[in-house]
Amino acid sequence: MNHGIFEKNSLILLIGILIVVSIGGIVQIAPLFMLSSTIEKVEGMRPYSPLEQAGRDIYVREGCYNCHSQMIRSLRDEVERYGHYSLAAESMYDHPFQWSSKRTGPDLARIGGKYSDAWHTDHMRAPKSVVPASIMPAYSWLETTPLDYTNIQDKLKTLQFIGVPYTDEMIAKAAADIEAQIAPDTPAAKELLARYPKAQVRKFDGQSPGEGVKPTELDALIAYLQMLGTLVDFTKFDASGPNLR
Amino acid sequence: MSASAAVKPALSNALAMGSAALFAAIGIILAVYGLDLVMNLHGALLAAASVVALIYIFTHQSDDRSGYLDGPIRVATLAAVFWGVIGFAAGDFIAWQLAFPALNFDLPWTSFGRLRPLHTSAVIFAFGGNVLLATSFYVVQRTSRARMPGRWAPWFVIWGYQLFIVLAATGYVLGATQGKEYAEPEWHVDLFLTIVWVTYLLVFLGTLWKREEPHIYVANWFYLAFIVTVAMLHLINGLSVPVSVLGTHSYPVMAGVQAAMTQWWYGHNAVGFFLTAGFLGIMYYFVPKRVERPVYSYRLSIVHFWSLIFLYIWAGPHHLHYTALPDWAQTLGMTFSIMLWMPSWGGMINGLMTLSGAWDRLRTDPVVRLLVVSIAFYGMSTFEGPLMSIKAVNSLSHYTDWTIGHVHSGALGWVGMVSFGAIYCLVPWLWKREGLYSIKLVEWHFWLSTIGIVLYITSMWVAGITQGLMWRAYDNLGFLKYSFIETVEALHWPYIIRAVGGLLFVIGGFVMAYNVWRTVRGDQPVDLKDQPRVAAAPELRSGVVAVPAE
Repeated sequence: MNHGIFEKNSLILLIGILIVVSIGGIVQIAPLFMLSSTIEKVEGMRPYSPLEQAGRDIYVREGCYNCHSQMIRSLRDEVERYGHYSLAAESMYDHPFQWSSKRTGPDLARIGGKYSDAWHTDHMRAPKSVVPASIMPAYSWLETTPLDYTNIQDKLKTLQFIGVPYTDEMIAKAAADIEAQIAPDTPAAKELLARYPKAQVRKFDGQSPGEGVKPTELDALIAYLQMLGTLVDFTKFDASGPNLR
Repeated sequence: MSASAAVKPALSNALAMGSAALFAAIGIILAVYGLDLVMNLHGALLAAASVVALIYIFTHQSDDRSGYLDGPIRVATLAAVFWGVIGFAAGDFIAWQLAFPALNFDLPWTSFGRLRPLHTSAVIFAFGGNVLLATSFYVVQRTSRARMPGRWAPWFVIWGYQLFIVLAATGYVLGATQGKEYAEPEWHVDLFLTIVWVTYLLVFLGTLWKREEPHIYVANWFYLAFIVTVAMLHLINGLSVPVSVLGTHSYPVMAGVQAAMTQWWYGHNAVGFFLTAGFLGIMYYFVPKRVERPVYSYRLSIVHFWSLIFLYIWAGPHHLHYTALPDWAQTLGMTFSIMLWMPSWGGMINGLMTLSGAWDRLRTDPVVRLLVVSIAFYGMSTFEGPLMSIKAVNSLSHYTDWTIGHVHSGALGWVGMVSFGAIYCLVPWLWKREGLYSIKLVEWHFWLSTIGIVLYITSMWVAGITQGLMWRAYDNLGFLKYSFIETVEALHWPYIIRAVGGLLFVIGGFVMAYNVWRTVRGDQPVDLKDQPRVAAAPELRSGVVAVPAE
C-alpha cells in the first residue's frame, strides 16, 4: 500500500487518525450504555439523601479518592477484608464515580456502620488518636465549618437532569431534608425516611442535636461514610440469572 | 507596502483585540457575579490576563512575518522548565507527606488529597504540555519549512495554556475538582482549555497546509495524533453539567461503571497520546537531529505509528480488572494491552537503532545519553505495563505502589529524560548560542536523574509487592494475617527511599533550570570545546548542516 497519500494530505492523515483512534472506544464504551446486564438488578439502591450527597461532595473536594478506593474486587482476600464484592449497581448514582486506583488507606465501599460516629469524629480530628500508625492527614476543620447548603436544590436538580431519579418533591424538600437528617425523632425526619429508606438520622459529629442546630461539614461527611455500602439488600441478591455476566 | 498587505495585519490585530476584550468582559462578569470564591478568583485572573494581552497587542501592532515564529516556542520552553521544577518539587513534597504525615500541616490547602492532583497536573500538563507545545511548534515549522500561520494565534495558544495551568492549580488548592484522576479541572477550566486546544490544532494544521515539503514528516504524524486524540478524550470524558453557570461546581454526566470505563479510556490514553505519542514525535525529530543520522527504518515508522495509535485506545480497562466492569471489557483491555507491547518496542528499536554508526555519541554527548536512556526507560515501562495488565499480575499490583513506580519509570525515565534532552537541544538553537552554558552540568543532571529514578522505581517495587502480598496473606488458621494498618507501617522505609530518589530528581531539575538560565542570558559557555557541533544554533555551525532524517 502506498503510504504517500497520508504523508501528502494532512486532512486525509487527520481523518485516518480519527477513524483509527475511535474504534476501541466505540467498542468498549457504547455497549455499556446498551447492554442491560451492565448494571445488575438489585433491591435497595436509591439516590443519596441531600446530606449524604453534600458529604459526598466534600469527599470529592478533599480528594479522598487519591488514597481510598470504593471498589471491592471479586478476590477472596478482599471479600473477607471488606465484604461482598462491589456491584456496578452500587455506584449507579455516583457523579463522579469514586472507585479510585490506589489504596494508601483501606477500601471504603462498605465502611458504613463499621465504626461509630465518635470514632469517625476523632479520626477526622486526629487520625493517630484512633489509629496510631495512620499516615492520613487530619481534617480537623470539618467539624468547625458550617455546611453550606444554599444551593442544594440546584445540585439535586442538576443530578436529576443527568439521570439520578430524584423526584420533584425530593428537590423541593432538599434543604429541609438536610436539617431533618440531623434532627432525630422529628416529623421532618420521618418524612425524610419515607423519601430515603435506610437513611440514618442523628447528629453525626458528636455535638448535641436540637432545634435550630445547623449541620457542619463533618455531619455531612460522616453521614455519607456511614451509609456507604449499606443500601443493597444482599440477602435478595442473585449473582446468577440475569445478573450473571 | 500595498493596501491589501496592510489589511491583513490590521485585521488580525483587530480580531485579537476583540477576543481579548471579550475574554476580559467574561472575566469581569465572573469576578463580580460569580457565586463562589474560586469563580471570583478565576474571573479576576482571566480579566487581568486579557487586559494585559489587550494592552500588549495594542502597543505591538507591527507585523513582521519573515522566517520562523520562535517567540512562542521560547516562552513554552522556559515555561516547561519553570513548571517542571515546581511539579517535581510538589511531587517530592507529597512523597515526604506519606512518610511523615505531619507535613500535611492540618490545613485544607496543604493536605495530600488536594496536592496530589496539583502534582500530577503540574508534571503531566504543565511540564509535559509545555514541552509538547514548544517542540511541536519547532518541529512542524522546520520540517514543513513554513512559518506558523497567524500573528497572534500561536501566542494565544502558549499564554492561554499557561493561564489554564494557573486556573487548574488554584482551583485544586481551593477544593475545586471534578474528582477524576488527571481530569480534575472544573467545567469552566475545561471549556477554556478546549478553546486553547482547538486553536492549537488549527495552528498546527495551518502550518502543515503552508508547508514547502511535499511529505509530512513522521514526527508530525505523532504530534497530530496526540493533538486530535487528546481533544476527543478531553471532550467526551469532560462532559459535565454545572450546578450554576456562575458557580464552580459541576457534576459529570456519566456515573458508576460507564464513568469508570470512560475515565480510564481517557486516563490510559492521556498516557498513550499525551505522554507517549507526543513524546515519540520528539524522539523522531530530536534523536536523528542530535546524532546526525537518519531514522533507522521508514517502514518501521509507519507500522509503529498506526499500530500504536490503534491499539493504545483499547487498553483502558486494564485499570479495572476484577471490578464491577463487565468481564468482556476487562478481557478486551488486557488483550490489547499485551499486544501493545509490540508497537511500543518497535518504536523503541526505531529510536535506538537511529544511533547506528553514531554510538560513540553516547560517550561524548550527555544530551544524547539523556535521549537514549529515555528510550531505554520507554522500553522498560512498556514491557512492565503489558505485564501488569495481565489479570493475575494485576490482582497483586493493583491499588498498590507498584503502579506508582510503573508510572514514574515512564514519567521520569521516558517523558522526563526525553524532555530534558529536547530542552538542552532547543535552548541554544532558539536563543542562537554557540552551545549550552555548561555540558558538564548536563552530565550532573543526567546522573542525578538516573540515580533518583532507580531509587524511586526499586523502592516502589518493594513497597507495592510487599503490600500486595501482605493484603492477601493468610495465617495457619485461614484468617487474613495482617490488618490494613500493618501493611501501611511496612511501607515507611520504602516511602523514605522514594522521597530521597525524588529529591535527587528535583535537584537535577534545578541544575537544568540554572544551566538554561545561564544559556539564555548569553553567558559564555564554560566548556564549549566539549560540546558537539550540533549543540550550536544551526546558523552558527561551521561546515555542512545536517538534514532532517526522513
